[in-house]
Amino acid sequence: MAEVVRRLRVRRGWSRPRGGSRTSNTASRPWLAAVPPVALLAVLFLYPLALVVQQSLQPDTGGTSFQPYADVFASDAFREALWTTVWLAAGSTVGCLVLGFVLALVIAFVPFPGARAVARFIDVFLSFPTFLITLALLFVYGTVGMANGLWTDLTGAADGPFQFLTTPWGVLLAEITYFTPFVVRPLLAAFSQLDTAQLEAAGSLGARPVRIVRRVILPEALPALAAGGSLVLVLCLNEFGIVLFTGAKGVTTLPMLVHSKAILESDYPGACVVAVVNVLISVGLYGLYRVVSRRARA
Amino acid sequence: MIGGIRFDSVTVAYDGNVVLDALDLTVEPGEVMALLGPSGSGKTTALRAVAGFVRPASGRVFLGGQDVTDLPPYRRGIGMVVQQYALFPHMRVEENVAFGLKAQRGRTKVPKAEIRTRVAEALEMTGMAAYARRYPRELSGGQQQRVAIARALAIRPGVLLLDEPLSALDARLRSDMLAELARLHRELPDVSILYVTHDQVEALTLADRIAVMDRARLQACGTPRELYRAPANEFTASFVGNANLLPVTVGSGGGVVFGGGEIEVGTAGVAPGAKATLCVRPHLVGLGDGPNRLSGTVTEIQWRGSTHRLYVEVDGRRVIADLRELKAPPAHGDEVTLHFSPDDATLLAAGVGHG
Repeated sequence: MAEVVRRLRVRRGWSRPRGGSRTSNTASRPWLAAVPPVALLAVLFLYPLALVVQQSLQPDTGGTSFQPYADVFASDAFREALWTTVWLAAGSTVGCLVLGFVLALVIAFVPFPGARAVARFIDVFLSFPTFLITLALLFVYGTVGMANGLWTDLTGAADGPFQFLTTPWGVLLAEITYFTPFVVRPLLAAFSQLDTAQLEAAGSLGARPVRIVRRVILPEALPALAAGGSLVLVLCLNEFGIVLFTGAKGVTTLPMLVHSKAILESDYPGACVVAVVNVLISVGLYGLYRVVSRRARA
Repeated sequence: MIGGIRFDSVTVAYDGNVVLDALDLTVEPGEVMALLGPSGSGKTTALRAVAGFVRPASGRVFLGGQDVTDLPPYRRGIGMVVQQYALFPHMRVEENVAFGLKAQRGRTKVPKAEIRTRVAEALEMTGMAAYARRYPRELSGGQQQRVAIARALAIRPGVLLLDEPLSALDARLRSDMLAELARLHRELPDVSILYVTHDQVEALTLADRIAVMDRARLQACGTPRELYRAPANEFTASFVGNANLLPVTVGSGGGVVFGGGEIEVGTAGVAPGAKATLCVRPHLVGLGDGPNRLSGTVTEIQWRGSTHRLYVEVDGRRVIADLRELKAPPAHGDEVTLHFSPDDATLLAAGVGHG
């Protein structure tokens, strides 16, 4: 990996003068080239974002103030949603990292027929919508799903034993199931770069498989784990579809709070405040990830 | 640990494709055995069978008298060095060397203080003590290979497996490292070394015995001198050193017939009239008159500094002569006479394919 970075640096180094000479050709109006992307960004993204921020500063009573922020921050609903969001996202991320690492290890290093097919399927899985996996879980573990249906048929009981899907644990399960491939993908890429001679050298030096995983494979997988993990963390913080589709009423995350404030309570300033907080957390985490990953590579 | 490796009729096959065919070979404790052969000859497969990375389809592998065929690699206690070093990139040199010692468990668990001394000892032995705190990426190829050797020696293996260890190095560094390996072997007289290479110079320089491999089979095994002076077959003759191989017919009065001329050579054990191959080393061929004359046309002449290499066409066969630098070398197209002593020629069974 360090080799690639070094090569990129070299390439960037010698490409700079050429880039310079190219801009000098269009030096008359260099800013013209920047107009389309900036305009597109402004229309599609920045303007709505600005509207959200603006709305969050305009309470229903009129004028411009931080009153909506004070109100939202003081409410128990917000604090609870913030805590739920953070622990669900953190828990899902940890779960995805552990499960993803084990899965990637098996796919990459344990030769079994169909390993390639599984790796392919993971690529396809990444393109599925989030609610699909939640629906699948509902069919299996839902109140009237297959597992409970089988149980009630067999025992004659009124209810099945599987009621966790509408609890936070159901959301956690669904998020881990859906987001694990986002960790597996970069890990498989990292493992394919790993020199198998290193694993063999470790083995011949007396290291058992567990030690090889811990001391040789894991350190080299850390950048990929950081990349996959931070992606999953941000995606989980903003996840809406999964929480909605599990039908977990007691589980209110920040995106759910935005939804309920805006659609159900028509409290637009409050909804925008929560949205701004959500955006700040995401951007902050992304910035942190960039700093950490750059330091890890240096 | 006691050294010594024994292959007992070891066969390795991938998907029914035999890559090592019933290898029988013994490496004595303290002996350096070179497995010499072209790529695809099965030599690396043999090494990997000793390390435990390939499972023989049949046959047994013994280390120090113990059958290890069914043992996983981590229980074989072998030192291994490969062409591409395979150092752990995120560990410092000293951590790389300590890896094998820290991995030892149970009865062979090494105390921390001893790990330190043995790491220092291994680095000292390979001349890398000054680089203990470096990372592999901060070292040159030759230095990385020294660290890899130190890492393999730190666990004090009875058997050291070297898989083309010098192939990634440039020519000059290679000859330095060759001398270094010879010194290491003198310092570790009990360690058996299995040295896989396609380079005859490395094999001739370092090995006590050479096992010549081709097409999954052992072709010949002997001391470098035996293989060089009296090769068992054409493949060995052409792979261990250079060789002129001439198709001949054994004459009735002792000696052989090549083209139109009689050549005097020992023909013990070969029936008159049989086809055979005459092997003469290029540096044992002389220019001018003498016993066993070969006359022909110079097709090419190369000046190599200390020697001249002459390509001479004799009765439709190319004969190479390496001669000490000539004051007045013949020109392209000249008729010349070459000669060689009867003692310097060997008669081989007529081969198929090589020649």
